[in-house]
Amino acid sequence: MASTADNHYFVPHGAYWPLVGSIGLATTTGGLAVYLNGTSAGMTIMFAGVAILIVMMFGWFGTVIKESERGQYSAWEDKSFRLGMSWFIFSEVMFFAAFFGALFYARFFSVPWLLGEGSGASTHSVLWGTYSEIWPTNGPADMGGSDFHMGWWPLPFINTVILLTSGLTVTIAHHAVIKNNRTRFIWGLAATVALGFFFVYLQAVEYQHAYHEGMTMKSGIYGSTFFMLTGFHGFHVTMGAIILLVVLIRAIAGHFTPDRHFAFEAAAWYWHFVDVVWLGLFIFVYIL
Amino acid sequence: MNAAVAETDHHDHGPAPGLMRWVTTTNHKDIGTLYLWFALIMFFIGGAMALVIRSELFQPGLQIVDPQFFNSMTTMHALVMIFGVVMPAFVGLANWMLPMMVGAPDMALPRMNNWSFWILPFGFGMMLATLFMPGGAPASGWTLYPPLSLQGGMAFPFLIFSIHLLGISSIMGAINIVATIQNLRAPGMTFMKMPLFVWTWFITAYLLVAVMPVLAGAVTMLLTDKFFGTAFFTAGGGGDPVMYQHIFWFFGHPEVYILILPSFGVVSEIIPTFARKRLFGYSSMVYATASIAFLSFIVWAHHMFTVGMPLSGALFFMFATMLIAIPTGVKVFNWVATMWRGAMTFETPMLFAIGFVVMFSIGGFSGVMLALAPVDFQYHDTYFVVAHFHYVLVPGSIFAIMAAVYYWLPKWTGNMYDEKWGKIHFWVSTIFVNLLFFPMHFVGLAGMPRRIPDYAVQFADFNAIATIGAFGFGFAQLIFVYVVFKCLRGGEKATDQVWEGAHGLEWTLSSPPPYHTFTDQPIIK
Repeated sequence: MASTADNHYFVPHGAYWPLVGSIGLATTTGGLAVYLNGTSAGMTIMFAGVAILIVMMFGWFGTVIKESERGQYSAWEDKSFRLGMSWFIFSEVMFFAAFFGALFYARFFSVPWLLGEGSGASTHSVLWGTYSEIWPTNGPADMGGSDFHMGWWPLPFINTVILLTSGLTVTIAHHAVIKNNRTRFIWGLAATVALGFFFVYLQAVEYQHAYHEGMTMKSGIYGSTFFMLTGFHGFHVTMGAIILLVVLIRAIAGHFTPDRHFAFEAAAWYWHFVDVVWLGLFIFVYIL
Repeated sequence: MNAAVAETDHHDHGPAPGLMRWVTTTNHKDIGTLYLWFALIMFFIGGAMALVIRSELFQPGLQIVDPQFFNSMTTMHALVMIFGVVMPAFVGLANWMLPMMVGAPDMALPRMNNWSFWILPFGFGMMLATLFMPGGAPASGWTLYPPLSLQGGMAFPFLIFSIHLLGISSIMGAINIVATIQNLRAPGMTFMKMPLFVWTWFITAYLLVAVMPVLAGAVTMLLTDKFFGTAFFTAGGGGDPVMYQHIFWFFGHPEVYILILPSFGVVSEIIPTFARKRLFGYSSMVYATASIAFLSFIVWAHHMFTVGMPLSGALFFMFATMLIAIPTGVKVFNWVATMWRGAMTFETPMLFAIGFVVMFSIGGFSGVMLALAPVDFQYHDTYFVVAHFHYVLVPGSIFAIMAAVYYWLPKWTGNMYDEKWGKIHFWVSTIFVNLLFFPMHFVGLAGMPRRIPDYAVQFADFNAIATIGAFGFGFAQLIFVYVVFKCLRGGEKATDQVWEGAHGLEWTLSSPPPYHTFTDQPIIK
């Protein structure tokens, strides 16, 4: 059988970047563990690890981009990338599911039980007789001092509008790249990146407000779920914005064609994913 | 485009020379080999820990290790065996066999495949390093229930991060497997023509992608509870330690099927080969596997009956768990029906596969007993539970891995292994593994608690027997190492088909197969 471009799968070889990535991951997490155990030098080790990871990403993604621009990937490899990205996003959804699960468990089970519901009657009367908060709550021990309620108005609402708008701009960019309208493609991307970073900025303002009111990560289950959910989401928005920024730089450099723009699509999928997670947060953390 | 053609052409060459071959490789066979060796080394490390546990339990009283270290051993033994042995061994088998079974040139994402493996030594380096840290290795049991798990020494954050690293590795490995099966099957290799090992791994990989992130979330909450003042698992802050158990077991129950489903695939490959019949009920096997995977998501709280939950919850989880016996029974009956009136021969892989069917069923039956909420109040946290999950994991998963290695070793090396010593390995292992785990049923039903270094004197005889079984089983594995090395060094040349009754794409390749196989995909009719 003679090989043709269609049935010849591109199998790269001689990859050093994975090893660099493993060293980076171990250095980052090891450094953080050392720091958490009370040795401040751990922070330096951690940042060294992050630097190694950044070098790895430049090197690894750079190689893939070069291969892509050389035309070494056909539709077949492209499908593998798409599947990989979809399943990665699914795994991210499940990561957030764990924290949403914690939120629902606290609201539907642990807090009502502490209040004496169901079989929690003696827990309530013997241990926490004076506890009466429903939600938000920092628990019967009043952990962290404050459970100042983070309302949905005005910042979270503005942030919702920002993210939804950015979902629109990224779609405009997508339609533009399919129609080979490069100016609109680049401006759509630039707007998305700008909105993304603006979202992160407003989130930081909101955190400042919360800490000013004494509502911190230490504010019982409300503070825990609020900051872990919005914090991980904010981290993902930051990552997504950086990914889109790289795609924007590549777009300005003339990459991507109407049929071949997987990196852009992957970034857009990721962006829609953080968008959807935010809608969940807006409803379940802020409104309800 | 010319440069591109030149670039792809040199992929038909062999492996890179020297040690760097193993560091930089993107070849599915090399990476499969790395995974399998890693699993074998970890098997002996985890096994040594088990022997420390069994030595302490040889007699009542405290004689060899202090209780804290004993607890560290039970914890680390579990973590090593689950994340360092069974999972990497099956990923190694998947790496070796999946592309050859579906007619793919390699795994779909070869560089990421390399990374999936090379995270493991770093992750386990970090985890095993905790043995030498102030405060000792983690000693809370592998389930890491708070508040106990939060009370460790310096080991704690290293343990959490090592679990993160292993999680990243498994998720990437699983994504690769799913992408390979979805995208790289040869033309004509439809889903319902895929070998069952491919099918079971397809479903396993889905479970992995779905639940490893949940474990990551759970241990992250432990980390922030300890170091950043969150109150997920603190009742005083409105959280609940039991919440951890729910999140953990939402991961944990699919996880135990991650450990067993690929075994089902292996056994479903081997039994038809040596019974010289087609697998009985192929499509029912596929549906049964999918049903087990689905049910695994809705049964988690059967690990927590004694913790306390509403009656309706206990009933739901009890009945849902009992349902799992149905698809599992379908599988066992299909294996037996495949052997029924077959022209059977009993080479080593077949012996291990039949041993699997019999002894896995013992573990399955004790599982049904444990599923019953009222009686589980008696069994919970006793040696009966230890007997149950060791029956499904050791003569279950580990026997399936052994069976797979014997089955495919001639294909990998081009040499037949030593059949006589293979059979001796099987019989010695089988006798000692039962000596090791069967008495645990009795002491467990009589009330001996697990994870305790001492016990009441009436349990002494059965524990002494179990310890003898443990050492016998442990040292029997040296026979395995001997057989593998002997096979690597030479032996009777294997044919391409290796086994008279073997069918499937991997048996159409030479033994050993060339470094790159199916660079041009075969067409399946």
